[in-house]
Amino acid sequence: MIRIPEPLLETIRGHGRDSYNDEACGVMFGDYAGEDKDVQHVEPLPNSRDGQRHRRFLITPKDYQRAESEASTRGLTLLGFYHSHPDHPAFPSGYDLEHAFPFFSYVIVSVQNGEPTEVRSFVMREDRSAFDAEELQAV
Amino acid sequence: MPVKVMIPTPLRAFTDKREAVELEGKNVAELLANLTEKYQPLRKHLFNDEGKLRNFVNVYVNEEDIRYLSREETPLKDSDVVSIVPSIAGGATGTAGTGVGFSHDEVQRYSRHLIMPEVGMEGQAKLKQAQVLLIGAGGLGAPLGLYLAAAGVGRIGLVDFDVVDASNLQRQVTYSTADVGRPKLEVAKERLTGINPHIQIDTFEERLSSENALDTFRSFDIVADGTDNFPTRYLVNDACVLLGKPNVYGSIFRFEGQASVFYAKEGPCYRCLYPEPPPPGLVPSCAEGGVLGVLPGIVGTLQALEVIKLILGEGNPLIGRLLLFDALKMKFRELKLRKDPECALCGERATIKELIDYEQFCGIPAHEPVAETRSGVPTITVEELKALMDENQDVYILDVREPQEWDIAHLDQAKLIPLGELPQAVNQLSSADDIVVHCRSGVRSARAVQFLMEMGFRKVRNLEGGILAWSERIDPSLPRY
Repeated sequence: MIRIPEPLLETIRGHGRDSYNDEACGVMFGDYAGEDKDVQHVEPLPNSRDGQRHRRFLITPKDYQRAESEASTRGLTLLGFYHSHPDHPAFPSGYDLEHAFPFFSYVIVSVQNGEPTEVRSFVMREDRSAFDAEELQAV
Repeated sequence: MPVKVMIPTPLRAFTDKREAVELEGKNVAELLANLTEKYQPLRKHLFNDEGKLRNFVNVYVNEEDIRYLSREETPLKDSDVVSIVPSIAGGATGTAGTGVGFSHDEVQRYSRHLIMPEVGMEGQAKLKQAQVLLIGAGGLGAPLGLYLAAAGVGRIGLVDFDVVDASNLQRQVTYSTADVGRPKLEVAKERLTGINPHIQIDTFEERLSSENALDTFRSFDIVADGTDNFPTRYLVNDACVLLGKPNVYGSIFRFEGQASVFYAKEGPCYRCLYPEPPPPGLVPSCAEGGVLGVLPGIVGTLQALEVIKLILGEGNPLIGRLLLFDALKMKFRELKLRKDPECALCGERATIKELIDYEQFCGIPAHEPVAETRSGVPTITVEELKALMDENQDVYILDVREPQEWDIAHLDQAKLIPLGELPQAVNQLSSADDIVVHCRSGVRSARAVQFLMEMGFRKVRNLEGGILAWSERIDPSLPRY
């Protein structure tokens, strides 16, 4: 399960709305104790993808490394990343699967006609065969 | 001398929660091998099925991406810190739920497909999941293979057992001059993989037969027939109908081509069109009659297009339509084909439930025939003929090829009467003469000998292997074609 405080969920939705119809993306930090993830901080990141940003996002290795070091500085764990799907449902694509890492939560917000709608979270199976939906609780 | 490896958060589950591990390695490749040896579940997250680093896994030596150093050959020394750094990527696509993913390389490669709404990510994913079997790696198989590989058909099977011959190069554009003598499938696999390394090429170096056809076809979705003979054509058709698979058909002769899609579930099969093969010898093969080199390029690409349309489910396939192409008139015509309710194979009261002996059915072998043993006419070898000529024995050498073949190469002592003109010209021959008949390889001349014997000639023999054998064993100065 992943618990996200409502104000942080609103940050994720707002980022999706503001970036429409490009994909928005960002990083989530928090506590991880065994099963559950508690998000404590989210940070929008630039979508560094050249072209096709309406249906692709890319977080560069440099931004990733900064996120890792920020996690250490804050004494938090890098829990995963969020991104938006403009005019597409909040389900991971084959492309998402190809590029996924285990453990991370992949939170997806669907933005329909500029307005954020559903938000879902997914975790990739360790054998890379598929994503499983992860329970997302707004707190 | 250990090197420190920094592990990113998502992979620490596999390194006993360690952020950093120390390992030996004189270069990056060796270090990563040691790392995945020690923590084996890491392997599939770092490397793809081909054992290459996944392209969203970045490796840094100190602050530098190894792509800007010597990649996996980048040497390491004691104080180096190696970091494994993910690129986080993703995006919305229509492929949700298909489980088919595309790398950055693939997305770039297929971008002209992806921007078309009729294809898009969803269609490209269908292509990637598709499995297409090509029967024959010749004139039609060449454009079929090249274009289907380029288009990203995920698995292509190739059936052929030939080696590349110099006479193939005029139309079989998969092969280059240097490939002459090599097995076709070996060359084709290299070529297609070279065009698109993201797809799988499976080769079946075998004569397609009633014994192996069903097993070979079973794992494929679509079969494309690029064969040049009737026994194999009926075999492919029957196997496809029995397995319920579409058969994308093409055929060529001289300046004319045909294409259709035979798919018994939705339309007629080849037997609805031609319940029985033509009498042996009525329809000459390309080896006998020739074919314009560009023609298979046109018909083979038509087939490739039909294959792709079937996979995408777009447009109107050639099911129930026979497309006829005349290159000299530069005209396409179309014939409507109807499913024959009485068809022995796909009709309501079908009698054919399994594959049969197709060579017997067609009365001709599917492969380079040995005419003499088949037709039982008297024969003479090229060595025997040479000996007769050297002894100045009176031999009447009759060449039954076409005039343009005569222009390529002929025996000085021979007289030319093309097979088709033989019935009218038979009175030019004397049954008292000792007649040796030859053609290119011995097939047409066997028919000529048969005909002459029926006309009452007794001293008539067929030259085994034709002028090709003469060139090979007696006079290499004659070109072979």
